Amino acid sequence: MPAADVVATRMLPINKAVLSVALFVIGAMQASAAVLPADRVDFLHHGYSGGGLSVDGPSVLVRKSIADKVSVWGNYYVDSVSSASIDVITTASSYSEERKQTSAGIDYLRGKTTMGLAWTKSDEDDYEGNSVRLGVSQDFFGDLTTLGIAYSRGWDTISRNGDDTFEADAKHQSWRVDLTQVVTPSMVVSLNYEGISDEGFLNNPYRQVRFEDPSATRGFNYESERYPNTRTSSALALRGLYYLPYRAALKAEGRYYTDSWGINAYNVELAYTHPLEEGLTLDVRYRYYNQTSADFYNDLFSRSNQQNFLARDKELASFNTHSVGVGVSQEFETEWLPFVNKGQVSMFFDYVQFQYDDFRDLSVEGSFAAGGEPLYEFNATVIRAFVSFWF
Amino acid sequence: MSLYRKTILSGLVAMLALASGGCSSLDIKPWVSPYERNKLADPIMSFGRDPVASAFIHHVYQVREGARGAEGGAGGGCGCN
Repeated sequence: MPAADVVATRMLPINKAVLSVALFVIGAMQASAAVLPADRVDFLHHGYSGGGLSVDGPSVLVRKSIADKVSVWGNYYVDSVSSASIDVITTASSYSEERKQTSAGIDYLRGKTTMGLAWTKSDEDDYEGNSVRLGVSQDFFGDLTTLGIAYSRGWDTISRNGDDTFEADAKHQSWRVDLTQVVTPSMVVSLNYEGISDEGFLNNPYRQVRFEDPSATRGFNYESERYPNTRTSSALALRGLYYLPYRAALKAEGRYYTDSWGINAYNVELAYTHPLEEGLTLDVRYRYYNQTSADFYNDLFSRSNQQNFLARDKELASFNTHSVGVGVSQEFETEWLPFVNKGQVSMFFDYVQFQYDDFRDLSVEGSFAAGGEPLYEFNATVIRAFVSFWF
Repeated sequence: MSLYRKTILSGLVAMLALASGGCSSLDIKPWVSPYERNKLADPIMSFGRDPVASAFIHHVYQVREGARGAEGGAGGGCGCN
């Protein structure tokens, strides 16, 4: 693939993807302290479309317990990416690529203690990520309280298409603590903290920043972005689940985030789950997210190499999102399938609106002074369609 | 040791101390009995009842947003995203 055909949006997603694996295993352990997770297999088709970027693919997750003491799981996940996003069309050409991720893990239950070990490998043509994680959780206080701690570590190798001489590394570490408390017979709350530190090559080798250049046709020019080689972040979340007087559940979430790059963020979410007759369940939810920009972010620098670190990733800009989602799940009988106790087919649809405060849309037609372009905004749809079997 | 690591370790020690004896010293007893937990055992009372689906939506947020960490757990468990 020639250099002009590869662009922007690749590096940060992969770092985060590998790290995210850790989060979910840990979360799973938190919820499963005294009982191993159910044996089930899920076949998911996922789709994301918005801002010129389309990503879809399958995800297959299998989990099976052995003698009620050990539970093993495996996951195979594919992202098929087709991108003509704002970053791509303003500084390069559209591209397609594929990312494949394989994960496996084992959980061991002993009394009120669950121990888990997991491994993940993510591959694409210019990025390879590996991570391992270890977690322990313990039930106590009459099983009303669960405390879980986990540590994960990741190693990434970054290359650049069209440049065989470029290769860089990045390392990641994560500490997570989860405290879950049964408050009443109808309410449970969870307090979650996670600290993550990164070291190495953390920016995207394709993305560029722009700076004022009166001699250029549009009044600005581009140069490579440059990030610090360390990043440390903390996130603290409080979640609650409440069983309503009739059979339905209300979920609320608040999370605060801060990091050494100067990004401060928070999100709030409210979700409602309503089971109907005959195994039909409906879900609705709303989420709001807001973040400030990184200290070294600027939509338009005043000159070339204005400062040590330079970024114009819109993920590091100041912006907010509104998301609304609906979902429907239907259980079905599975007498026709041997060894299967229950089946379920589900469809979830989310609509997300992104509004940027300091990232301008350079793709808009018209004559604008540099820095006078309209602010960027776009909408995205997220689809999750899956079939699950319990056995 | 960095301030960051000290903070994390201090928090862990405090929580483990609470877990090992803090509650009993206050003479607080569990106030929800096992037979009162039928609602809590309902699958709808899960922070993520379909792990494969929860993992994907969190992955979308992680890719598109600057924040990361302390995402909701997927009850039932998976390492997928």
